[in-house]
Amino acid sequence: MLNARRPNAAPVRPSRRGLLAGAGAIVVAFRLDAKPARAAAGPDLASVKAQPNAFVRIAPDDTVTVIIKHLDMGQGNTTGLATILADELGAAWSQVRTEFAPADATLYNNSLMGPIQGTGGSTAVANSWFQLRKAGAAAREMLMAEAAFRWKVPVSEITVADGVVRHAASGRQARFGELAASAASLPVPSEPRLKDPSEWTLIGQKVPRLDSVAKTNGSATYSLDIRRPNQVTAVVARAPRFGATVKSFDAAAARTVAGVLDVVQVPTGVAVIARDTWAAMKGREALTITWDDSTAETRSSEAILAEYRERAKGRGLTASERGDPQAALEGAAKVIEAEFTFPYLAHAAMEPLNATIERAPDGGYDVYAGFQFQTVEQATMAAILGVTPDRVRLHSNWAGGSFGRRATPTADYLAEAATVLKAAGEKAPIHLVWTREDDMAGGYYRPTVLHKVRAGIDAKGAVVGWDHVMVGKSIMIGSPFEAMIVKNGIDSTTVEGASDTPYALPAYRFGVHNGREGVPVLWWRSVGHTHTAHVMEVMIDELAHAADVDPVAYRLSLLTQAPRLAAVLKLAADKAGWAAKAQNKPQEKGRGLGVAVHESFGSYVAMVADVTAQEAGIRVNRIVAAVDVGVPVNPDVIRAQVEGAVGFALSAVLRNRITLKDGQVQEHNFDAYEPTRMSEMPKVEVHIVPSQAAPTGIGEPGVPVLAPAIANAVFSATGQRLRALPLDLTGVKGA
Amino acid sequence: MPKLTVNGVTHTVDADPDMPLLWVLRDRLDATGTKYGCGIAQCGACTVHLDGQPVRSCQTKVGDVGTAQVTTIEGVSGRVAEAVQAAWRKLDVVQCGYCQSGQIMSAIGLLSGNAKPSDSDIDGAMDGNICRCGTYQRIRAAIHEAARTLA
Repeated sequence: MLNARRPNAAPVRPSRRGLLAGAGAIVVAFRLDAKPARAAAGPDLASVKAQPNAFVRIAPDDTVTVIIKHLDMGQGNTTGLATILADELGAAWSQVRTEFAPADATLYNNSLMGPIQGTGGSTAVANSWFQLRKAGAAAREMLMAEAAFRWKVPVSEITVADGVVRHAASGRQARFGELAASAASLPVPSEPRLKDPSEWTLIGQKVPRLDSVAKTNGSATYSLDIRRPNQVTAVVARAPRFGATVKSFDAAAARTVAGVLDVVQVPTGVAVIARDTWAAMKGREALTITWDDSTAETRSSEAILAEYRERAKGRGLTASERGDPQAALEGAAKVIEAEFTFPYLAHAAMEPLNATIERAPDGGYDVYAGFQFQTVEQATMAAILGVTPDRVRLHSNWAGGSFGRRATPTADYLAEAATVLKAAGEKAPIHLVWTREDDMAGGYYRPTVLHKVRAGIDAKGAVVGWDHVMVGKSIMIGSPFEAMIVKNGIDSTTVEGASDTPYALPAYRFGVHNGREGVPVLWWRSVGHTHTAHVMEVMIDELAHAADVDPVAYRLSLLTQAPRLAAVLKLAADKAGWAAKAQNKPQEKGRGLGVAVHESFGSYVAMVADVTAQEAGIRVNRIVAAVDVGVPVNPDVIRAQVEGAVGFALSAVLRNRITLKDGQVQEHNFDAYEPTRMSEMPKVEVHIVPSQAAPTGIGEPGVPVLAPAIANAVFSATGQRLRALPLDLTGVKGA
Repeated sequence: MPKLTVNGVTHTVDADPDMPLLWVLRDRLDATGTKYGCGIAQCGACTVHLDGQPVRSCQTKVGDVGTAQVTTIEGVSGRVAEAVQAAWRKLDVVQCGYCQSGQIMSAIGLLSGNAKPSDSDIDGAMDGNICRCGTYQRIRAAIHEAARTLA
């Protein structure tokens, strides 16, 4: 299929089949071994094949469409991924468009997840960096070759910039759209020349987000906005307790509600199908259902935590061990023993879960949603519908947030949509809507976790031992990813950020007990780091104070082997005026600074929090953050993600918790589980470390350090250690 | 059957008068720019204007709208609206963007009655609009930016 013509050879017209121009695909399959999503230990991303046909399309009207294989749930990866390819291509930003890729485990897999197409672990830019650079560079070389051929000049004299291909000596130039169709039939260069960083024109610059216009005039389509011809809307009445099933139900009253079309039983409950969302909700209110709780989780969250506290007395599975911390602690000058508890947390994305699914005339299925694990979701729905995965076509949309919730190993809400379609006879497209209440009480929470730490210092203040046990439910055990991630019963996503602490702790053990409750748990923006960073950073702070050493200096003394962490810590402290303020104690009554630093997903973040802790509560005045994400592809998007991480995580620091009473979730809407609001938002300053290291992600890494920075600032303000999240000032003296 | 004027166009709507305006807009008129977030007036994602005043459409019964002019994100126009949308774009406020229709409708409401809002004016007018992505810092900056361009 490929024309063997060389750029400066005799002018044989290539055929006009055109990938760059739009049709077909020259697919170069590649597959990388599944490894945990951690760039440093992962596969050799730089050896990826150049695949311009999979990732870019250039139209005669000069638009450059970059194909986005990931879900954009607000983190701005659409802009980031397009930036990488467009820069190597030499495109002008104004001509760049994007399109979401279909599901394809071979072409569009996440190189850091193995043969799975999915978005998570802050990997979108990290896994695509070489892939999109090579795709863009290959397409650029193909355009250059076509121009050289047309103009009969050496390709070495051709330049590309701002969407124009030029030959300076002859003054000739052409737009991409003029060349693309012909260029598409040229051989794809296997090792195109990647630009030197000095040649980048978009990477590292502020470029306008590609979704800003559509998201400010109401035209951006989320899956809740999908309107298919003849579609009907379904809501499902689900069990009030996790694990319960329908014993019996009476739909007579529901069927009399105006607009209700059908009521069907599905594995997750009873679905009411109606003309519109309002009628479906009214119909659901009229259902009478008896639930069978014999297999349900019926405990309260306090009881689950009490069980955890009991289990934490045991040593647990050894996730990490060096030296003999128990012996070391016996000889310590001072020992601090602390317990940290964390509640379940709901993701509470603004767009509740939803999907639209229909049977197509060809016997296949079309599904519209914010897909976060495309190929897993496709296979799950295909199995329910009794077809091969390729017959289930996924149409991706902008997602109104996710924070992890849309990526369930069970594809829960999409599987449910398929079961509703099937139960309803596949007659009309089903628009499955989860109400806010459904979304919040529907499980898949950040696990509740308990940590118990004993750590000690010698007479000079140096750490001598650290003995750490945690209890929490694994996300991966029992999921399709168990074999890939769980080793010897230890789920790396449970212990990450603590078992692999970068602090030079001479004697250290991290033991873990896996929780056993029947509450579905899931990754919540930064996964295990949501709790491990808090424990590590509050404990280190406690040790620094016990040693009477400045908390920044104390951390630095333990981070001599972690230069990138040390650098962000110093930068944040410097920009926050840490040294000057630390010397001028006491400050204003009830006001203090706190610091935290943590690596997650290969990115390094430090934060200094300026907090006022008074009877009225905790007020965060200012956050100064420093981040090192390698090459900052889109500095403004990076800043936005860190600002947003603060806004997102602040309410979890201050008040959010999902609680169970006799197995029933008590929080159902934003009144009881209130996200951060405008008046609470601190000023956030973000400083980015210049770097030429391969880029890592920033969707998640801003989250882990916020809680410990604030908790440490509350200590500085009040002298009281708050170890449980959310932070509760009740009874704290000095507040 | 209620008549409803949305973005200058009058529709005859076949709906129960108790049906929230939100669902009439989204499910009857396919005007999906106005978002469902909570259904209990806690998040502001459903904010539209009734005769220029921001209201939560999830708590506004369609039967109570009467002859009021409904304006949604798709139809909002004029000097203030343009300034707000331009500021939002200039500062790249959006992340997931789902709440931003409501944020923009609230911000237009604020600036229409207060040409130079203070930070506490912004807190007062915008505290009812939740952004789970936490874009508040940029929303605040964009409102100040829009006020500057309107001055």
